[in-house]
Amino acid sequence: MGKQGVGVSIARKEDDRFLRGRGEYVGDIRLPGMRDVAFVRSPLAHARIKDIRIPSHLRSSVFIASDIAADTRPIRAVSGLPGFKPSDQPILAFEKVRQVGELIAMCVADTRAEAEDIAAAVEIDFEELPAVHDMLLARRPDSALVHEEWGDNVFLETFVDINMEAAYDAPIKITREISTARQSMAPMEGRGTVAVWHKRMDQLVLYTGNQQPHIVRNGLSECLKLEQLNIRIVSPDVGGGFGYKGIVLTEDVCLGWLAMRCGYPVRWIEDRREHLTAGANCREHHYNITVYADRDGKLRGVECEASVDSGAYSSYPFSACLEAAQIASILPGPYDFPSYRCRTWSVSTNKCPILPYRGVARTGVCYAIELMMDAIAHECGLEPYEVRLKNLVRPEQMPFDNITKKHFDSGNYPESLRQALAKIDLPGLRARQKKGEPDGRLIGVGLSVYCEQGAHGTSVYAGWGIPMVPGHEQATARMTPDGGLELRIGAHSHGQSMETTLPQVAHEILGIDIARIKLVHGDTEYTPYSTGSWGSRCAVMSGGAVATASRELAKLIKGIGAHLLQTEVENVKLENGAVVGPSNSVKIDEIAHTWYRRPQDLPATVDPRGLEVTIGYKPARDSGTFSYATHIAVVAVDPELGDIELIDYVVVEDGGQLINPMVVDGQIYGGLAQGIGTAMYEEMNFDSSGQPLASTFADYLLPGPTEVPAPKLGHMETLAPYTEFGVKGIGEGGAIAPPGAIGNAVNDALRPLGAQVLHTPMTPRRVLEAIRTAAERREEKAPKVAEGLPA
Amino acid sequence: MKPVNFDYARPDAIDAVIRLIADDSRTVKMMAGSQSLGPMLNLRLVQPDLIVDLTGIEELRCFSDGADEISIGACVTHADIEDLRVTDVTRGALPTVANGIAYRAVRNRGTIGGSLTHADPSADWHSILAAVGAKVVLRGPAGERIVTVEDYMVGALEADLRPGEVLVRVVVPRLSKSARWGYYKSCRKTGEFAHAIGAFMTDPDRGVSRAVIGATESRPVVIAKACNVIGDGRAPRLSDSFDGRAVGEILEKAGMVDPLDKQTHVAALRRAIEQARPQ
Repeated sequence: MGKQGVGVSIARKEDDRFLRGRGEYVGDIRLPGMRDVAFVRSPLAHARIKDIRIPSHLRSSVFIASDIAADTRPIRAVSGLPGFKPSDQPILAFEKVRQVGELIAMCVADTRAEAEDIAAAVEIDFEELPAVHDMLLARRPDSALVHEEWGDNVFLETFVDINMEAAYDAPIKITREISTARQSMAPMEGRGTVAVWHKRMDQLVLYTGNQQPHIVRNGLSECLKLEQLNIRIVSPDVGGGFGYKGIVLTEDVCLGWLAMRCGYPVRWIEDRREHLTAGANCREHHYNITVYADRDGKLRGVECEASVDSGAYSSYPFSACLEAAQIASILPGPYDFPSYRCRTWSVSTNKCPILPYRGVARTGVCYAIELMMDAIAHECGLEPYEVRLKNLVRPEQMPFDNITKKHFDSGNYPESLRQALAKIDLPGLRARQKKGEPDGRLIGVGLSVYCEQGAHGTSVYAGWGIPMVPGHEQATARMTPDGGLELRIGAHSHGQSMETTLPQVAHEILGIDIARIKLVHGDTEYTPYSTGSWGSRCAVMSGGAVATASRELAKLIKGIGAHLLQTEVENVKLENGAVVGPSNSVKIDEIAHTWYRRPQDLPATVDPRGLEVTIGYKPARDSGTFSYATHIAVVAVDPELGDIELIDYVVVEDGGQLINPMVVDGQIYGGLAQGIGTAMYEEMNFDSSGQPLASTFADYLLPGPTEVPAPKLGHMETLAPYTEFGVKGIGEGGAIAPPGAIGNAVNDALRPLGAQVLHTPMTPRRVLEAIRTAAERREEKAPKVAEGLPA
Repeated sequence: MKPVNFDYARPDAIDAVIRLIADDSRTVKMMAGSQSLGPMLNLRLVQPDLIVDLTGIEELRCFSDGADEISIGACVTHADIEDLRVTDVTRGALPTVANGIAYRAVRNRGTIGGSLTHADPSADWHSILAAVGAKVVLRGPAGERIVTVEDYMVGALEADLRPGEVLVRVVVPRLSKSARWGYYKSCRKTGEFAHAIGAFMTDPDRGVSRAVIGATESRPVVIAKACNVIGDGRAPRLSDSFDGRAVGEILEKAGMVDPLDKQTHVAALRRAIEQARPQ
């Protein structure tokens, strides 16, 4: 047994089945008598339903709102933030549809193809209404209304002002309009659900690929009016989540309802068209942002109006306002400055409800603030890194409460920037820029620094007041009679490698070979309650819970071991999978065997808790861990075709103690690919009637292997002061910084042409349009010069 | 999405195909590699009563090598051409372009005839085959007719395939030793359909100079007598003879008004020409 504990890059246990194609996803489940569901979805973004006609011979295979109304409640995810307007999301639409893809009818048949035939035979008369397709227009008083009873289209408006006017005398004031496109998170596995009523257990069993099985149980219980005892949620292998599977689905409620009544298992597997047209759910931000700075690059203040397109309904559990309200609290990023004002709007439109995608608001926020930092650098005639070094929170300030009271737990941000710079040859690149490329392309270098709050807990989420507030994270550690160890957690792995990393944590404390430690998760029946996997929390929270449970279990093991060694517990220690006393030792296997199979060998005074522990964990402070990184992109822009090539990419991050550095590298690679998607490829456009314009991956572009460079990675390990082992959450960071780094690199490349791109994705078209606009501006100015006026 | 229920036939002779597709009482679709039709079936954009699979017909899967030209069966795959299982008479043009079509998995099944008949303006074959001056042979109840590749595409997703006809082979002229060619496509990412294509072929010994601008809104713009924009092919460096302004005017006449579209398409052709080996 080589080193297996915390900090060791051991190969992933789960890869044995994944790499052999033996994963078990919802789509692999086959139950006897199982039938398939297809949904009739709204083809329109905004319309009244006048009539639904179902051919009479199909009536028993089709279910509409009136069929389920008495037994179900709409999905309602309310935020406790003052002024939040709740929305009821119907399980099946009635009266009105508010987004393309909204469910109207559920059709069941022996096969999916037949269910689709039935769905095609259902006719609906609509009265089309003007679609609210643009979040900026949606805030105008003359806009159509998504929810008439509100009187406007704003879920929530927030405002914060901290000494803003003190910055108004700053010599530098720069304003930009910056925006990010709407995206569709794109896990390889789409959503899917199998539901069956289990008679013996008197229980609805719902298999659904989800990040939060216990939260799904809460939601289904509320929507199906069913006791939680009568619901079991199983989330099997999940082929990517990223937030897309952090939701209680109307589809899940429908299938649960059907399974309770039809007597056979039912299945719905989302197809890619449903995914893209009904599920484009993230990232659409718009910023009007102004920065104030001194001539030496010192940031004096940031003033911003930010809008987020939150879509038609408030999704469960994260609500419609998390994203925009988060902008206000995290826009300052890793910088220390004295004046701040931010107004945000969570705007309702006729689009799919917004969900938090890996990085949540941070990706947009980082893009906005990092473009502004470069604008300051340009204005001051400084290198972008110099401006950042002037403004980054310094190590001697740690722990540091920033302007929005975010508690930066630890770290050396300037050092990550210096280490990242050391991985490129900046003077060489500047010289190369001056010289020009033989192929006419333009080279650019871009920086992006961010911090990522992870594993934030009760105090933070109680403030949001959403349906889910994380408390103590629990874990069960349980020995088997032959000396194996089961770990049970309520969070769920959808790529986080927890089947490997959590056994590493237990091994660190108990010394049991990780081959004999099994993680049990993804099933409400077998695991303690948890809010699940989101917010870069599992390594900290589930890891902390496993560590705590393992320590408690160690005490119990030592207690029995001391009996067997006929000594006092104070005289023994746990070492290499055995309890070692003053003169002899006993293996954990033997201790387990004795407790379960030979209790006659134990005294009456033995601790009756045995070899099983369930216990909760919270970090010493629950305001979250702060990991951070510097990303540097080097690009070559083709000014004739608008193509961008990433010719170098650097990431230097600090995740505190890494449980398994290889797994962290994997998280960074995956996040980077998604960040590149945001920066350069992914975009769901809607026309003015609210129709999504991509329905396949031929139209919705994702980066592929040839578009994602192998980054140069560097790690720093500043231990978090409040968590087990000093671990910090790092799951999302890779996806946060790339649009900022690539955006700054592209604008650096385009600077000789006077052009800049302020909108993601940076498509060839947007690059060419920026170049053209700059050229036209120059032409407009040219005659003035001729007349002797200042240019 | 799953396709609608349909009947399926896989005949082993073209005559049988012609008989099956003559039945106009039902919707019949011919299927070759199914790389475009498959997704369209799944999306129910196509809802046929009968699918006639052409890949069981030996005649459509082979090629015949003549003195002045080669005939390539309609169901020859992109990979067959890429891997040189089909004799190359184009001095590397066809195998090179085949190598850049979509992804290998698509090339293993996708066919030259299927791609031409599907008539996607961004497909590689339309542009390069028009550049080398290829023709297609269509067979119907009344016999065979021959159409140039550029005329075969009537518009986006519309081929000049009359009722009852099937594309049986593609005829590619043998280029002389003096021939030069180039091909450039601008794609957002590897394997995706292009948003601008430039292709050309000059063969001074045969007196041919052709240029093509593809991946437009509709059929590729073919300049069949391209001497005045790319020269006759005898210049040591062909790019010296390139007249981008003239190409731009031709594109405008063909209906391309957007200046950035025009810019990228002209650039694609210029880069295709810059690729040509110097003489």
